[in-house]
Amino acid sequence: MKTKQVMVLKDLLGSNNKIADEIRSKLTDQGILTINLLSSPGAGKTTLLEALSGSLRPKFSMAVIEGDIETERDADRIRAKGIPAWQIQTGGACHLDARMIGRLFPEIPADLDFLFIENVGNLVCPAGFDLGESLRFVLLSTPEGDDKPKKYPKAFTTSDLMVISKVDLAPMLPFDIEQARREALEINPRLQVFTTSARTGDGIPALSDYLIAELERLRRGHA
Amino acid sequence: MHELSLISNLFDMLEEPVREKNARRITRVKLQVGLLAGAVPELLKTAFDVYKKDTPAADAVLEIVEVPFHVRCRRCGFEKTGDDYIVLCDSCGSNDLEILAGTELILEKVELEVD
Repeated sequence: MKTKQVMVLKDLLGSNNKIADEIRSKLTDQGILTINLLSSPGAGKTTLLEALSGSLRPKFSMAVIEGDIETERDADRIRAKGIPAWQIQTGGACHLDARMIGRLFPEIPADLDFLFIENVGNLVCPAGFDLGESLRFVLLSTPEGDDKPKKYPKAFTTSDLMVISKVDLAPMLPFDIEQARREALEINPRLQVFTTSARTGDGIPALSDYLIAELERLRRGHA
Repeated sequence: MHELSLISNLFDMLEEPVREKNARRITRVKLQVGLLAGAVPELLKTAFDVYKKDTPAADAVLEIVEVPFHVRCRRCGFEKTGDDYIVLCDSCGSNDLEILAGTELILEKVELEVD
């Protein structure tokens, strides 16, 4: 009996990243813009999607994949708007992974415009898992505090866009929008920053215009 | 606790060398974990010890090498290594830094017992 050293040098997330790349290439070939939404629980991901559906859906189609540890509640809220939604119950896992998205793939309509993936509410674990999205959004709601970008850097450094949500509450809270923006841009200078209130509708048209422009850009790139 | 899913991936990856070398068991597993990888070495070890029971790695030791951040400034090319998050270039003050190391989660090598 003897021991043998085997050099492997492979990424622990290699299998996830491979599936994610396949998903991304299929979805972009179909002209679907896919957005992975990250945030703490209760930052308003589902409410933002409900608000965006109001401004996107007259002209565009959308569908939503909901990730939660338990319950069908978020998917029910989205379906109540007449939007196709799939609920993934992770049964304890604190994030979605590409394999879970891949399993749903056959059910996703090929003629869709926007596919939103609402990740499990958590600023830590979801940041490490590529789901095959074209864009990653991170939501930071004003009640959470403006100090979150540097406390949870990975969620902010891996995102393309930060939505500061619930800005209608900002006047009542010790939340400095400029401070949050500055702190996020210090760790990710390429981050786009939007402010929204799903309740008043503030900032929703600007965010949907951004999404529509990104959809057109994706389709031009694949024309 | 996404460390559990990382370790679950690791065990999938360990099947190939065991099969290829026709190994009796795994005695040592070495990982490179970047300080910005978002995985906690202590939790990886705990998860490894939970998973390894009733596998060829049941008695294996998990060795973790932590990899510091290494960044390069996209504006002036200055490079810096550190064990904490680096957001500004020491040389020109730019915040446009490229991360060259410190985010990796790599299975470096496996030590196997063979006949």
